[in-house]
Amino acid sequence: MSGPIIRIRGLCNAFGDQIVHQDLDLDVDEGEVLGVVGGSGTGKSVLLRSIIGLNTPAAGHIEVFGQELTGLRGDTRRRLERRWGVLFQDGALFSALTVAQNIEAPLKEHLSLSRSLMDEIAALKITMVGLGPEAGSKFPSELSGGMRKRAGLARALAMDPEIVFLDEPTAGLDPIGAAAFDELIGSLQSQMGLTVFMVTHDLDSLTAICDRIAVLAEKRVLAIGTMADMLQQDHPWIREYFHGPRARAAGVGAGTNGI
Amino acid sequence: MTDTRGRIESISAGNRLEIHLSGRWEVGYAAELEIALAQLSPPVDQPVLIDLSGLDRLDTTGAWLIHRGSEALRSPRRSVTLSGARAEHEQLIARVSGLYQPCEIQPPAGNALIRLVARLGENALTVLDTAASFTAFIGLTTVTLLRSLLHPRRLRFNAITVHMEATGINALPIVSLISFLIGIVMVYQSAFQLTRFGAQIFVIDLLAFSVLRELGVLLTSIVVAGRSGSAFAAEIGSMKLHEEIDAMRALGMDPVEILVLPRILSLMVVLPLLVFTADVMALLGGAIMCWISLDIAPDLFLQRLRSAVDLPTFWIGIVKAPFFAGLIALTGCYEGLQVSGSAESVGQRTTRAVVESIFLVIVADALFSVVFTILGL
Repeated sequence: MSGPIIRIRGLCNAFGDQIVHQDLDLDVDEGEVLGVVGGSGTGKSVLLRSIIGLNTPAAGHIEVFGQELTGLRGDTRRRLERRWGVLFQDGALFSALTVAQNIEAPLKEHLSLSRSLMDEIAALKITMVGLGPEAGSKFPSELSGGMRKRAGLARALAMDPEIVFLDEPTAGLDPIGAAAFDELIGSLQSQMGLTVFMVTHDLDSLTAICDRIAVLAEKRVLAIGTMADMLQQDHPWIREYFHGPRARAAGVGAGTNGI
Repeated sequence: MTDTRGRIESISAGNRLEIHLSGRWEVGYAAELEIALAQLSPPVDQPVLIDLSGLDRLDTTGAWLIHRGSEALRSPRRSVTLSGARAEHEQLIARVSGLYQPCEIQPPAGNALIRLVARLGENALTVLDTAASFTAFIGLTTVTLLRSLLHPRRLRFNAITVHMEATGINALPIVSLISFLIGIVMVYQSAFQLTRFGAQIFVIDLLAFSVLRELGVLLTSIVVAGRSGSAFAAEIGSMKLHEEIDAMRALGMDPVEILVLPRILSLMVVLPLLVFTADVMALLGGAIMCWISLDIAPDLFLQRLRSAVDLPTFWIGIVKAPFFAGLIALTGCYEGLQVSGSAESVGQRTTRAVVESIFLVIVADALFSVVFTILGL
C-alpha cells in the first residue's frame, strides 16, 4: 500500500457550542510511531475516538488503510476494525473475565479457532507483553495498574493488528514501569512492523520511541515532525512544552539546543 | 486481485516430504491453516522439510502455527527442518517459540463436592457476618442521627430535598398507575366471587380494608425498594469504587452523615405520602370499576366506604410506611457501602439491596399484623 495508513482531512468535532476540532488534517505513515500531544481539552482522546469510530465527527474524512471510514457499516467495518487494536487508559479489561479470557474474547468473536490454539495464542500474548504465565488466570481486579496496562496491550495485540492505538499508555506508571512499557512498545513495534498512534504526555516516551510528534492546539494539528523539528518551533505553547523544566529534566534536546 | 491467503502444499520428493508454505500466514486465515496442518500425516520415518521461501507475510499467530505444526511432526524417528525463511520471519518464529509458556486460562475449579460444602459454609458465615455488620450499621446510623439532631445544622436539608424529589415526586406516576390498576383488579376479581352470593356491595368493604391496611403500603414499599433502594446501593457503591467515600473520610467528612442520613430521612418523609397517594388511586380505580361493572354509582360507593372503614384503618396503613422506608433506605445504603473491587460487585450489591429490603419489609409487615392483633386494632 502506498500513501499514509491513516489520512484525516478537514475533521470537525463539536460538543454543543464547544468546537474541539476544526479542519484538522493529519497523516500517519505505515510503520511509524506517532506521538500526539496537546494541552488538556485539546481533543487528543476525541481524535483517537474519532479514528476508531467511537465518536462520529461533525464533518470531515477519515481514511484508514486507504478506505473511507465515515458511513462505513456492518461487515466491511468489522473487517477493518479487526486490523487495529486499542489500548484504553487503565486497560479497560472486562472485569468478569480473566486476563487470558480477555485476550481470547476478540479471537472468539472474529475467528473459529480450536480451544487449544486459542489458549496457546493467549499464553503467547501474555508472555509477549512481559507478564508471567501465572497472570493468565487472574481477574483484572487482582492486578496492579502496570499489569492491567500490559494485559490491555495483550488484548489489543490479540488479533495481530497492523495499527495499535494507545491512550496515555504510561500515565499512572512509576518511572521504571513507564520506561519498561516504552521499551516493550518499541520492541513489539519493530518485531511486528506495527504502526503506533499514541496519545501521551510522557516526554520520556516521546523521546524514546516516537518517530514523529503531532501537536494538537487551536483546534488543529499545529505542528508535526520529529523531536528535532519540535525544538525548532517558535509557537509559545510548543516552546513551553518542549523547553520547560520537565522537558529539560527528561533530557529533551540535550546537546542540540541547550538553554 | 490475486489470492493472497496462506496455503500449504505437500510434495513427496525422493524419500522425504516437502511442505511448501506460501501466501499470508496471518491470524485471519489461522482457522483453515490449523486444520490443514493437522491433516498432514506423513509415514513415521519420512523426513520432513518445511519450505518457508514462499511466505508473503507472517504475523505472530502464523509464526506460532508454523512452530506448533513443525513440533507436532517432529518425532524421534522423523526429522523436521525449516528452510528458506526470510531473516525477519526466522526471527519471529524463533522469538515466538522462545517466549511461549503455557498458562492457566481460568483459576482451577477443584472438586465439585468440596466446592459445594465450602460454599455452604461460606454462605452460612456470610449470613452471620451480614447480620452482625447490618446491626452495627443500624447502630452507627442511629448514633449519627441523634448527634445530628443535637446540631440541626448538620442535617443537610438541601440533600434531603433533592432525595425527596428523586424518591418521592419522581415515583408518583408509577406508584399512582400501579395502585389504580390494582384497585381495578381487586374489584373485578372480588365482584365475580361475591356476585354469586348476591353480596356485591361488600366488594367495597373488601377493597377498602385490603388496600388501606395492607396492599397500599406493601405495594408502594416494593416499588420504592425496586426504584430507590437499588438507586441508593448503586450510587453509593460506585462512589465507593471511585474512592469517593475514602476521600470523604480523609477530608474529615462523615459518609454516614452526608450520604446515609439524608437518604433515610427523605425516604421516611416521602413514603407515607406515596402510600396516601396509592390509597387514593386504588380507591379511585375501584370506584370506577364498581360503577362500570356493578352499577354502583360514585355517591353510593362513598357512602358505603364511610360506613365500611373508619379512620384507624387508614392510619394503620400509613403508620407502617416510615418504618418500611427506614428499612429500605438502610438496606440500600448498607449494601452500597459494602461494594468492593469491580463493577460486578455494584450489580451484586444492588440486587441484594432490593431482595433484602423487600424481604425485610414483608417480615416487618407480618410483625405489625401480630402487634395490631394484640392491640385489638
